Order: sequence, then structure tokens, then C-alpha cells
Amino acid sequence: MSNVRLMKGNEALAEAAIRAGCRGYFGYPITPQSEILEYLAREGREHGMVVMQVESELAAINMVYGAAGAGARVMTSSSSPGISLMQEGLSYIACAELPCLVVNVNRGGPGLGTIQPSQGDYFQATKGGGHGDYHLIVLAPATVQEMADFVYDAFDLADKYRNPAMILADGALGQMMEKVIFREYDPKASMPDKPWATTGKPPTRERNILTSLHIQPEKMEEINRCLQVKYQLINKDEVRYELFYADVAEMLVVAYGLSSRIARRAVEMARSQGLSVGLLRPITLYPFPYQVLKDLAQDLRNVLVVELNAGQMVQDVRLGIEGAVPVHFYGRMGGIIPPPEEILSKIADLGSRISTPQAHPPLAENTKNQSANLNSIFEIAKTMRREDEF
Amino acid sequence: MNSELPPLDSLECVWAKPSTLTDTPMHYCPGCGHGVVHKILMEVIQELHIQSETIGVAPVGCSVFAYYYMDIDMQEAAHGRAAAVATGIKRMLPDKYVFSYQGDGDLAAIGTGETIHAANRGENILVIFINNAIYGMTGGQMAPTTILGMKTTTTPEGRDTETQGFPFKITELIAMLPGAYYVTRQAVHTPNVVRQFKKAVTKAFQYQKDKKGYCLIEVVSNCPSGWKMTPLESNKWMEQNMFPVYPLGDLKVDGKLTEKKS
Ligand SMILES: Cc1ncc(C[n+]2csc(CCOP(=O)(O)OP(=O)(O)O)c2C)c(N)n1
Repeated sequence: MSNVRLMKGNEALAEAAIRAGCRGYFGYPITPQSEILEYLAREGREHGMVVMQVESELAAINMVYGAAGAGARVMTSSSSPGISLMQEGLSYIACAELPCLVVNVNRGGPGLGTIQPSQGDYFQATKGGGHGDYHLIVLAPATVQEMADFVYDAFDLADKYRNPAMILADGALGQMMEKVIFREYDPKASMPDKPWATTGKPPTRERNILTSLHIQPEKMEEINRCLQVKYQLINKDEVRYELFYADVAEMLVVAYGLSSRIARRAVEMARSQGLSVGLLRPITLYPFPYQVLKDLAQDLRNVLVVELNAGQMVQDVRLGIEGAVPVHFYGRMGGIIPPPEEILSKIADLGSRISTPQAHPPLAENTKNQSANLNSIFEIAKTMRREDEF
Repeated sequence: MNSELPPLDSLECVWAKPSTLTDTPMHYCPGCGHGVVHKILMEVIQELHIQSETIGVAPVGCSVFAYYYMDIDMQEAAHGRAAAVATGIKRMLPDKYVFSYQGDGDLAAIGTGETIHAANRGENILVIFINNAIYGMTGGQMAPTTILGMKTTTTPEGRDTETQGFPFKITELIAMLPGAYYVTRQAVHTPNVVRQFKKAVTKAFQYQKDKKGYCLIEVVSNCPSGWKMTPLESNKWMEQNMFPVYPLGDLKVDGKLTEKKS
């Protein structure tokens, strides 16, 4: 199969899962991500993948628990209400330290909400989500290319740390079509041995037990300590982000995923009007680039956080900035995607003039692609305004 | 007197616990059926030589610590989700033996959806279902299988249909599903029924080997602590009150309903 394709984000993600050696998918339909299940039902089985539409998201995440515990690379996907149903299972998975991939194609909430794109699940994704002290590793794609690329990365990180990983996308990224190049990837070479898996106890080893139950407080505290040490390692080594003119700016816009694409366009427009503004796009939402913000804060006058929610990541940005400069917020909710002009005017309100307006240095290929496709995002948002898919 | 005893190593061993059970002392209450069920299950696994090919799932309930005692690979599952976890394992390791070990609250209340759908898919697993008509672990609350009139901490006047509905005969329900291949109701409170139970477990593992599909063994069991009785009283009470509602015997064999199915 060709390595260069024009695909929907959801389909690119599903195709990458097959190429990443995912052996099991368990899911329940929900808009705007059902294409993942549909694509895998069509294409995955041919590659020997177990693809199951099951009775609920409760069942799906617990099948992931069992299958991951059996040593297989497995995943599930859903959208916001379904991800809420999975939280108990995710907490068990995090405590039993089972590697797996969970995809949340975020839609607007709370409640049944809307099928439109949203970033309203940031808190749930990055702060644990279920009960107890735990974290998922969270990757936030901004392009269809990254919908595919992050599948490999998420599986690798999950295996490396024995931790559930999440791809936090949104309805527009799931539905939009873009060119995607599938990179060379050898699942066998990248998958570590899993001597802890429950595959049947041979006489040569002790039995393997996967559990999240530790009734002795001392033991439970020790388990918690181990988890926290792991999270510290993840925070030290796995922070990923992208900067766009951030080193030559007095104002920093911070946005991730879909909103980062709109913000990027707004930043381009602002710079061409002579405003000194740059962009930070966190790629990992957990671990979060606190230190990057702290370092950048030295040279900034202010920060603007743009999200498709009521202000969630802005709290992490404030933690990173540590009060060094004012942090402002601009957000839309309910599935509304603000056009770049809206963000531009917010930037202009707060903005600083670049002393001498400069021509843009040429943009990287990847960057061009990200802003070029904005129109298609708005088109998709329009077509998604269907009420029969709830 | 001591000198008259033959040396120990000259004695013939007529009974031993199966090697597939660990030496960990069990936490179960005196007289509880869990210990016997554990022992028989592990005895069968030893006799079939499938210790290295068997993975067990123990969800939340009194038997959540089954992995302390069973010397096999095991996963602990969230309350009610054992059938889903077992499905996940089995689908990844279709040639291994997978069983779940669940209480009535787990299997027939919070986990009803997973239970029914695993059966309906004909998931090739064995489900051991301990029906003690009560929530043992949480201190004796009503279970879906609590019989009418039975007093629990949450039905202090006895279970009545108006507020609590009827004892849930989920085993009968499952027997109706085409995916269920072998469905039987057993007990473990006398040597005779223990022998029957052991046969049922052996059969179920054989069916799993032959990829026949879903097997369910309900064990009608006592809960002396939860019922606030001595072990002997509880066994008598079980025979007199539980067996009429949950009659022992096969409900479905070789994919066919038996007459017992009422
Ligand atoms: C989601 C969730 N709800 C409730 C509980 C509390 N809880 C633990 S065991 C149990 C009932 C167990 O009863 P049963 O399944 O019949 O098993 P038994 O203890 O009688 O063996 C309950 C309600 C829990 N652990 N998780």
C-alpha cells in the first residue's frame, strides 16, 4: 500500500495503527470518530488485527486492559462522552501499568453537547481523568500527518513507560482530509519484551499478577511513589513542543491542536502588520512544556492562550509563566471555531509593535501546510452541523 | 508411644492440595464456599496440565485476592468488568485457557452488560459464578440474586418485589443465548456435589480447548458471615431456601437446552 495518501484524519490514524503493529482494537461508535472503527473493521482484519465493536466504552476499555495485560499492542478510540465512561478503566490501567493507546476525538460538551470540534477535555486528559493520582501521556496532533505520526509515538511511549498514552484530537482533525506520508516503521524492532504480561505461567518463572489493588497503605504509597517517579522521568525526557517566531516576539500566543493552526495564521497576519508576536504549540500536553514557558517569559511582555474551551490549558501556562508577565485568554466553546481575524484582533488589542516591520522569513513546508488548510477546517465544521448523528 | 509411629516418609500420601494452589493461608471466612471452589478449579488445572496455559481474571468481590492462592498468571479486574477483561485476554491469546471468577453482584448487577454480551458473542471462556445471594465483600448488602424475604443490611425487612424486584436468574437468561455452549448450576457444600462440580469444571475446560464457546458454571454458595449464620446453619438454609429458587443441574449442554431449564 502506498506511503503517500490523501486521507481523513481518523482514517490516517487508523491506518497508522495497523502499520504500528496494533493487534487489537476495541471500540463503540460515536461521532466524530467512528471512521476509526469502520476503517479498521475494513482494513485491520486483513492484517490479522482483532477489531471488535463491543457493547459499550466500559467494555472496550476493560478489553484493552485484558489485552494489554496479555502483552499485545492494543488501542481504543472514542469521543468525549465515551472517554468519560472509560475513566474508571483508565485509572486501573494506569495503576496496573499497562501500555495502550486511547484516542479522544474531542467534541463539545458538557453532556451530550455537540459533535463539533472542541478542546473541552483538556483537564480530563491531562490531569488523570479518573480517580487517584495518575497521568496519561497526552499527544495533541495539529495535522492529519500528525494524526498518523503520533500513533507510532504514542505506542512507543506507552511501551517505554508502561503507561497509557492518549492522542487528544478533535472533530475537525478527525474529519478533514490532508496529504499524509506514512513513515517507515518496524513494530517488531520498536516493541520491548513484556516479561510482566499474563501469557500463562511456565515452570521457569513466578506467576504474573496484574492488579491495582494494594490493601496495605504502605504498599499503596510505595506504588504511588513509583508512579510519581515515572511521571518525573516522563516530564524530564518527553516534553515536545513547536515554536513559531517565539524567540523574536514580545507577545507569545500559546495554543495546541486545532486552535494552534488558527492561532498560527493569526500570528502570521499580526507579524505582517508589524506586531511582535510568536507562537508556542505544546505537542505533549502531558508532560507540559512548563520550563519552555518559564524560559521564554524572560523576554516577553505578555501571553495570550487560545483554546476551544472556557480556559483550561491557560492554567498550565500560568504555572509555567509563574507570574512573570500577564497571561490572557481567548476561547470559544460549543464547537465554534473562531476565524483567525478574531484572534488577530485579540492580539492587536494586547499587542506590541515590532520596532521595524520585517518581511517574513520563508516558512517551512510543514508550516505552510498547516495554515493553508484552514478553509477546509471551516468547511468541515459546517458539514458537521448535522443533528442526526448523536 | 511416639516410637511406635512409622517414619513419615514411609506413609502413603492419600490427599494433598494441588500444586497449583499456593501455600498462602486463605482469607475467606470459615465455612465459605470460595475455598472449595478455588481448590477444585486448581485441581482440575493441575490434572489437565494446563497451568502454563491458563490465565485467570478475578474482579472485585470477596475473591478479588484469588491470585494470592492460584498459582497461575492472573489479572485483577474492575468491579463488573471481568468478562470484558477475559475477552481482551482471550482474543489476544486464543489458544490459552481463560476463565473469570465472579460474584453475583459483579456478574449480575454492575457487570450485567459485559456478562450477557460475552455470552452472546460465544466468547470462548469459562465463567465461574459464585451466587451467595449477598454482597460479601462490602458487608452483606442485597445482591441481584438475594431471594424474596431475605434480610440483608440494605433490605432490613427482607427483600420485597415492590422496591427491589425479583431474584435475578441470570443463568437461565444466559442459557437462552445461542453463544452459550455449556451452562450449569452447581454447589460445593457436600462431597457429592463437589464431585459433580469438579466434573463440570473439567468439561468446561475441555469445551474451551475444542473452541466450543462460552461456558458458565454457577455455584450456589453460602455466606455464613453475610447471612449471620454458622457454616452448618448456612448450608442448611441454602438447601432449604436457595435451591428451590436456584435448582442445581445442567441448563444447557453441548449447546442444547436441557429439561431442567425452567
Ligand atoms: C465501581 C465499584 N462500585 C462498587 C464497588 C464496591 N464493591 C466491591 S465488591 C462489591 C460487591 C461484591 O459482591 P459480589 O460480586 O456478589 O461478590 P462477593 O463479595 O459476595 O464475593 C461492591 C459493591 C467497587 N469496588 N467498585
